[in-house]
Amino acid sequence: MTPLGISIAAALVSLALLLVIFELIRRHRLRERYALLWLVAGITLLVLSLWRSSVNTIAGWAGVRGYPPAVLFAVATLFILVVLLHYSTVVSKLTDQNVILAQRLALLEAKLREDED
Amino acid sequence: MAETVAEPRPRSLEGLAARRRVAIVPALNEEACIGRVIDEIRAFDAGFEIVVVDDGSGDRTADVARAHGARVIRLPFNLGIGGAVQTGFRYAWENGFELAVRVDGDGQHDPAELDAIIQPVLAGEADIAVGSRFAGGPGYRPSRSRLIGIRLLAWTVSRLVRQRVTDTTSGFQALNRRGIQLFAADYPHDYPEVEATVMVHRHRLRLREVPVRMRERAGGRSSITAFRSVYYMAKVLLALFVGIFRRNVVPLEDR
Repeated sequence: MTPLGISIAAALVSLALLLVIFELIRRHRLRERYALLWLVAGITLLVLSLWRSSVNTIAGWAGVRGYPPAVLFAVATLFILVVLLHYSTVVSKLTDQNVILAQRLALLEAKLREDED
Repeated sequence: MAETVAEPRPRSLEGLAARRRVAIVPALNEEACIGRVIDEIRAFDAGFEIVVVDDGSGDRTADVARAHGARVIRLPFNLGIGGAVQTGFRYAWENGFELAVRVDGDGQHDPAELDAIIQPVLAGEADIAVGSRFAGGPGYRPSRSRLIGIRLLAWTVSRLVRQRVTDTTSGFQALNRRGIQLFAADYPHDYPEVEATVMVHRHRLRLREVPVRMRERAGGRSSITAFRSVYYMAKVLLALFVGIFRRNVVPLEDR
């Protein structure tokens, strides 16, 4: 069982995170695609902090004895890895599109200059 | 406040000839249908400038469209339907068009039905008119899962805009200059029509739904699969919810 104080603090932090996410979406700083991802993450954190026996219960399901929070770390690490991998694909795509845009622009510029002469 | 009309379709389009008008046709890999769509728009009214926005097709969509006499704007890569359609609205805005219609390149929208959606805009009764498959018109029977989604969206959007809306995903639309101005300045991404409906309401533009008949796709493949629809549904509902708290985007300066 998580101590009450820690549980409350964790819940407040999760709520703050949810608020920040909401505000980012509202200001068009976050596309819905990522908004959904982060909202789900924020809600998961909130549930974990409010449901005080969660860490022990989930560790029990996974068959982890000794140090239950290890399950939490494992899941969190995996989540972060997957998100990072996704960002790598996004950056790759943006890079490719950027190349295409630069090429198109250069070709257009060359054509414009030819037409001027 | 406008509402769905069920009265007999008006056939007179008085004053259409006086307006500078453009037909925006978004297309992605539609080489099989695009030529027919262009011909049918011209058959409806030869006065439309037809602009095909090719959203990064890998087939001969752009060539076919050009051969049929359309102006083609080719996007350098796929932007998605929202980005493609907005390109068309930007074109319409920057070139001073007073009336724009959107007809999808897959042949689903029948240009012969254009008079129904143009009429309210031309008569000055609406800033944007949308062709609805469910507003009393005959025909269209979607699958059950799709129907649930359609109903859910229609219910949510109707509440948000305080007006009965039956077909929130219809892209068969006619707009006047104010409508063009709004969508040129701000247009949502995938499944843009749902959010756009709410945007129209928030900017105090007048929206009118008109019953139309739509066709089955003549060829090509729908870009919407089952898994994606659920994902999009969640995304659209989220966007609608957050949209309530958004400030309006300032429209482009009038030129």
